[in-house]
Formats: sequence, C-alpha cells, structure tokens
Amino acid sequence: MPVNTNFFLKKRLVSLILIGILLLVTYGAMVITQFDAVKGLTSIPQAVEWGIKNFYPNQDALDKLPRIWENLRETLLISLAASTVAGVFALVFAIIGSSTTRVNSFLGTFARGIATLFRNIDVAAWAMILLFSFGQSALTGYFALFFVSFGFLTRAFMETIDEVSNSSVEALRATGASYPSIIIHSVIPSSIPQMISWLLFTFETNIRSATLVGILTGTGIGFSFDLYYKSLNYNAASLVVIAIMLSIFAIEFLSNYIRRVIL
Amino acid sequence: MTALLEVKDVSKQYGSDTLALANISFSVKEGEFVSVIGPSGAGKSTLLRCINRMIDASSGTITFDGVNVPTLNKRELRRLRTKIGMIFQHYNLVNRLSVMENVLHGRLGFKSTVAGALGIYTEAEKQQAVEILSILGLSEQMYKRCDQLSGGQKQRVGIGRALLQNPKMLLCDEPIASLDPNASKIIMDHLQNISSSMGITVLINLHQVEIALKYSDRIIGVSRGEVVYNGSPDKMTNEDIVRIYGSEAETLMIDVGDKDVGDKNAG
Repeated sequence: MPVNTNFFLKKRLVSLILIGILLLVTYGAMVITQFDAVKGLTSIPQAVEWGIKNFYPNQDALDKLPRIWENLRETLLISLAASTVAGVFALVFAIIGSSTTRVNSFLGTFARGIATLFRNIDVAAWAMILLFSFGQSALTGYFALFFVSFGFLTRAFMETIDEVSNSSVEALRATGASYPSIIIHSVIPSSIPQMISWLLFTFETNIRSATLVGILTGTGIGFSFDLYYKSLNYNAASLVVIAIMLSIFAIEFLSNYIRRVIL
Repeated sequence: MTALLEVKDVSKQYGSDTLALANISFSVKEGEFVSVIGPSGAGKSTLLRCINRMIDASSGTITFDGVNVPTLNKRELRRLRTKIGMIFQHYNLVNRLSVMENVLHGRLGFKSTVAGALGIYTEAEKQQAVEILSILGLSEQMYKRCDQLSGGQKQRVGIGRALLQNPKMLLCDEPIASLDPNASKIIMDHLQNISSSMGITVLINLHQVEIALKYSDRIIGVSRGEVVYNGSPDKMTNEDIVRIYGSEAETLMIDVGDKDVGDKNAG
C-alpha cells in the first residue's frame, strides 16, 4: 500500500501552526507588558554578580545563627504540629467521606464539602483571614497551615481508602463484621503506609509554606528573613535562605528513608 | 433433604432501564454443589450478591435457612452473613496482614463491637484457624504476609477465612477466573472436598463450562438475567449451551458429548 504523504504533511503543518500561535501570544504579552527581552537577559549576569557580592553569610551573620536557629526550630515544629494534628482530623473525615466506608451519603457529601472548602483556600489567604482573629502570632500560622493540610490530607486519605481497601472491605462486610471492626481490621492496615507517606509530603510542603506564612504573620523563620532583608542585612538574609534549604534537604532525606522502610 | 436456599422471582434493576436480574427462581438443597454459568454481564455476580444482600434485590423473596432475607434489619443481616461464607475472584484479602490474621477475620462477625474492634480471638478460634490452614496446605505460610503469596495460595486463604465462619453455605464469585489451570484445579478440588466432607452447600459462579460440568451436582444457566437452564450436568446438551451463551457458543469449543476434554480451554 502506498504511504499517504499528505497525512504526514498535514501533521507537520498543524505542529507549525501551533508553534506559530504560541510565539504570537508570547510576543503579544511582551508588547502589552513592555517587557524588553534583551534587557531582561543581559541583566541576569548583573543579578548573579550582585548575589555573589552581597548575598553570602559573613562573620556578622554567623553570630546571628543562634537566633536564626531558634526561629527555624519554631517554624519546623509548627509545621510538624499542623501536619500531624491535621492528619488525625483528616483520617476521621476521610473515613466518613470515602465512598467505600461512608456511613451515609449525606455525611459523606458533608465531609467532602468541608475538605474541599479548606483545601481550595490558599494558605496565604487563610493566614490573612486568621490575622484578624489571632493577630501576628504563631497561632495564626499554625491554624493557616492546619486548615490547608487538613483539606489536602482528607482528600488524599479518601483516595487512598477507596483505592487500597475497597475489596477487603467488601469481604469483611460479607463475613458479617461490624463497622468498627471493618475500619480497624481492613481499612487502617491497608492504607496506613500510604497515609504516612502523604503525611510526610504535607510536612515537607508545610515547611515551605510556613516560611511564606511567617513573613505575613511575623513569626518563625519567615520573619527572620523579612527582617534582615528589609534592613538591608543581605548577609544574614542569605544565611536564613541557606538554613531553610538545608533543613528542607534534611527532612526530605529523612522522609524518603521512612518511606523506603514502610512501603 | 430440604431446601437451604430458596430464590423466588428475584429481580434487580439498575437505574431506570438496566435489568440485571429478571424474575430469577431456583432453590438449592443442603450440601449441594451448584454452579451458575453464563456469559459476562448475564447477572451472575449480582445474583450471588443478592443472596447475602451485598446488593439489595429490587423485588422477589429469598429464603435462607428458614429466614426471609430481604426483610432483615441490620443486626439480623449481620447474623445471616456469618452463616454464609463468600469467596471472591480477586481474593479480597488485607494484603499487608498475615495469613493467620486474614483467616481470623472470618470470626469478626461473631464478636461484640469491642472484641471485634480490638481483634480479641479465643484460643479455640485460633486452634481452628490452624487446623483449617493445614487442611488447605498453608501451614508453612501461616505467618507470612499475604502479599508474598501466589494467586492460588491467596485464594486458599480466602477459602480459609470463609470456612472459619463455620458457614452453612459458600458463595463463590468466579473463584478461579484469575488463576492458572493448575491452581484452578487445586481450588476446585478443595471446594469439592469442603462440599462433600463438611456438608457445606456451595453456590459457585463459573466462566469455564467444562469445569462446571465436571464438579457440579447441578448447573444453573443464566442468560440476560434469566434462568435458561436448571438441571444436572449429565443432561446438558449442546442446544442448552447455545441457549445460555447465544451465538458465542460456537467459539467456546465445547463438546458436551465428550466430557473428558476438561483442559481444552481451561484457565
């Protein structure tokens, strides 16, 4: 059978048109925002140069290390507390909301609705809303992280329960087991490793978010960065960034290790 | 012998126009080994699940062991389910738990809420689990996690869990559909042995006609939600098979005249 050359020609043409449209949109956006591509590109070396000259920790900054460490510890502990407490609440809501284990459809929809509400409001938005109630305190950051983690974990736990324990729940129902027995002997053992994995993921994300929330609420490591940066103490600010990066690496390493062991 | 299970005019409707079961009636005597055969989507699984009300039938009456099943309340339904063991195509075990724990799950239906939730089993129950596992040839696997077992071994754990309920009847939903011919034979032999030596009634959904012919006391043929054959395997003719499977029957390569062709398309 002869190869239809038109077929390939047409595919190429479609790709070309798509690339053309993409370039046009990019150019349009540049014109509207008056972005100078050449200036943008040439300023990158300048930025790097500035960074090397100013953005490094010096002896003065290292003297501030104990204070930075104190704030970093506060941030880490708040993230951990928010994730774990959210995990406990999420487990209850996930069991009520999952289609495998829900008690009835009304409660199920209710639990799902709550989770969606908490998940879809961004952590920064939560922080600003809560600022009114709790002011600039660690509690504001804690609750902001808690709400978002709770919404996310409920969703993740529900999917885990549906995916992992669907079949064994059916089997235990068929033996005449009661609802609490089914949850404890089938749902929890099947889904606990994946749930812990999600919890670790939330913990990691929370450390990152906590830094940002800290800038808003004036607590933790975010506040340290904001303070040093705005007072033009770039050396200390750079030390804060390095401290955050190191702690994120350390925790990621740790949680990957835990995952390897439990999964 | 009296009828253990009596199914009368049972229908199941999904949505407004999908009729999964249409006025199904049959009865099963105590100790009988009954196979339900039919093409995919004929309603075999739905039929089985209506009996222990994993699915609620839309209409009709089901009587099991003198109890009218559709009218039971939650507690009575749990008691009914303890008398009926169920075996699944995908074994439905808790894979992260050990063989022993999975088998003991068969006793959960008999426990109070607290004892069930805490998983408190008596010494006698554990002893019985050990005995059942040795009958099923799983003594060495007793403390292994179920995700380390082969498909055939997992299905034997499933059978063990059902047997620990001390059931009057086993409902088997395509128990060998995911197994190779060798493991299938082991499972079918165990089920036959359970039926004949323990006197437990077996109602089994099967895909493989030759296996149904070989093992059953009676065959029920289901097509499009209706019973189209109900009788002994010896009396089954090619016309019956065509009635059950429709035009597909010719591609099934089944010749009921010669029943020893068992492994022609097993597995």
